[in-house]
Amino acid sequence: MRFVKTSGGSAKKPRSRAQFSLRNRLMIVGGALAVCASILVVRAVDLQLVDNAFYQQKADARFLREVPIATSRGMITDRNGEPLAVSSPVESLWADPRELADNPAAIARLAAATGLPNDYLARYISQRKDKEFMYIPRHRRINPAVAQKVLALGIPGVSSQREFRRFYPQGEAVSHVLGFTNVDDRGQEGIELAFDDWLSGKPGTQKVIRDRHGRIVEHVDLVRPAEPGKDLVLSIDRRIQFLAYRELKRALLETGAGSGSIVILDVASGEVLAMANLPSYNNNNVSGSGRDAYRNRAVTDLIEPGSTMKPLTVAAALEAGVIAPNSRFDTSPGWIPNGKYRTSDFKNYGVLDTTGIITKSSNVGVSKIVKLLPNQEFYDFLRRFGYGSSTGSGFPGEAAGLFPAPAAWSGTTKQTMSYGYGLSATPLQIARAYAALGNGGRAMTPTFVKGGQSGEGTQVLDAKVADEIVHMMQTVTEPGGTATRAAILGYHVAGKTGTARKSSGGGYSRRYVAFFAGLVPVERPRFAMSVVINDPDPSRGGSTYGGGFVSAPVFARVMEGALRLMDVPPDDIETWLAAQAKEEARRAREAGPSRPVVAAAAGAAQPAGARR
Amino acid sequence: MTLRLVAAVLVAACVVSAIGVVHARHEHRQLYVDMTRLERARDELNIEFGRLQLEQATWAESNRVDQVARTRLGMKFPAANEIVVVRP
Repeated sequence: MRFVKTSGGSAKKPRSRAQFSLRNRLMIVGGALAVCASILVVRAVDLQLVDNAFYQQKADARFLREVPIATSRGMITDRNGEPLAVSSPVESLWADPRELADNPAAIARLAAATGLPNDYLARYISQRKDKEFMYIPRHRRINPAVAQKVLALGIPGVSSQREFRRFYPQGEAVSHVLGFTNVDDRGQEGIELAFDDWLSGKPGTQKVIRDRHGRIVEHVDLVRPAEPGKDLVLSIDRRIQFLAYRELKRALLETGAGSGSIVILDVASGEVLAMANLPSYNNNNVSGSGRDAYRNRAVTDLIEPGSTMKPLTVAAALEAGVIAPNSRFDTSPGWIPNGKYRTSDFKNYGVLDTTGIITKSSNVGVSKIVKLLPNQEFYDFLRRFGYGSSTGSGFPGEAAGLFPAPAAWSGTTKQTMSYGYGLSATPLQIARAYAALGNGGRAMTPTFVKGGQSGEGTQVLDAKVADEIVHMMQTVTEPGGTATRAAILGYHVAGKTGTARKSSGGGYSRRYVAFFAGLVPVERPRFAMSVVINDPDPSRGGSTYGGGFVSAPVFARVMEGALRLMDVPPDDIETWLAAQAKEEARRAREAGPSRPVVAAAAGAAQPAGARR
Repeated sequence: MTLRLVAAVLVAACVVSAIGVVHARHEHRQLYVDMTRLERARDELNIEFGRLQLEQATWAESNRVDQVARTRLGMKFPAANEIVVVRP
């Protein structure tokens, strides 16, 4: 059985062999191969058509590059289109340290071309030898001509890229208003910071094909065009600005003062025509030191406004109806108690009317006036004039000032505030309050942009009262007033002096701030100006440290020029004609008796006359 | 027969459109190169203009004008007595 079985088994073999089908096997192998092939095809289709992004990107990354297109920052001009800040192209040299690191000869040539010490440069490169990019030290943002000279040597791995640098042709006269930009062309201070988004352009991108050395072989496509920054027209007038800066500098030299600010506003529109500060700096070359000078004192520094406050106190009382322009006040004996202290005048002025209090700047007089006013009313009035709140000019770092609410007042506060102590404001706030007086009681928001905020402003004072106050302030610059030095021939000037002791360590020191704030011309005022001169040396200029002595002449000199530059017709021709007639009479007198005098006069005028 | 004609037409159309694509691509590159060149020229002109403005502003700097007027040209500001007021 077993044998049979075996034999049976062996008998089966040829049968199974007979069942072997070559065809079937070929079908199986062929089928397997077909499956493999179709998988490959499907994968290929998948990679080529469906899921192609990844490898396409990988392939592009081998030679396609997106490179930025540099764009320039918008220009800043003054109100007449004169450039104040211009971007100009410069070149930044850069190198590929991987190519330079093993090439001492190239480093030596580069060192010779750039004037850098050879060993310093070699060390600098070897520290960065696994990077792709480095700026060549001290050759960022350099003159394109210099960069071209280095590039012309064809040192391997050295290239340059175009960047833009800011230039400020007016230098330090406008530096506080403009501010400056950093090395990446972003605004850091001033207008450059406030309008950074407007001024800065959007760099574009383009696709290029690059070879192994990073050279651009072909421009392929524009991904995004570069958008250059937009230009900005400021309200600043370059000529008035320069005049203000020059006169401020002169005043600081003459009086030995530490710092000073000038703000000039266009009364009707609230535009800032000039804003100068000292000490100043050159924003073409900003260094790390002297940060104190970078501050735009006219908007950031808080000072007690002193007597420049008095016209506002009087205006508050006039509007409330508690006094009239012809009310009379007895200021004798020249002092009045204020809590346990005394408020005193320079001397005993006796009986003064409302105008007289402003003319003589009587502390006692305004103390008596403010007593008639309720606390809240006085507070609200000054609040409306912008004290204690930012002017809304949008200048970076603008201070709001300190102006406590009546709840925080002590017994002496109101009287102290009536002549400008116990609260603080910026020179811009003072100029704005005076501009509101000159604008028929309508307070405008100061703006640095020409035609900037075309708001209607807010009526903060009755137009009639504002007009009365301006005419009262006119007496200040006329004979008998505290600021005859602010008078300008041919124009009526309204203004107010101020001299505030500087507070220090809880008390008031012997150091002073000299103010003058004013409006010109009195009939239809055009300009409001505040002059603040900080810490004048009392020993120079005799015993006088007052605003009338230090700041008023600055006002007169700057405004005289500004009125002429802006073609403001004189509103006081009579004085002018009188001065002229007097001069002609003097000349006629001199010409009459002796001719040599005339010859001498002509000789004196030689430098001017010689060129005619 | 018609099937063959259709196929031939399709093949021909395919070849033509392929050549068209190549041509358009070439055209695009050419135009792009032109555009970049013109843009660069425009930028150069703008930059030159900016540089000239800067130069002009530097020459016209108020301080310099003031100095030149006073020293080189011997100009001065007229005093009150040198101004004639014409009554309107």
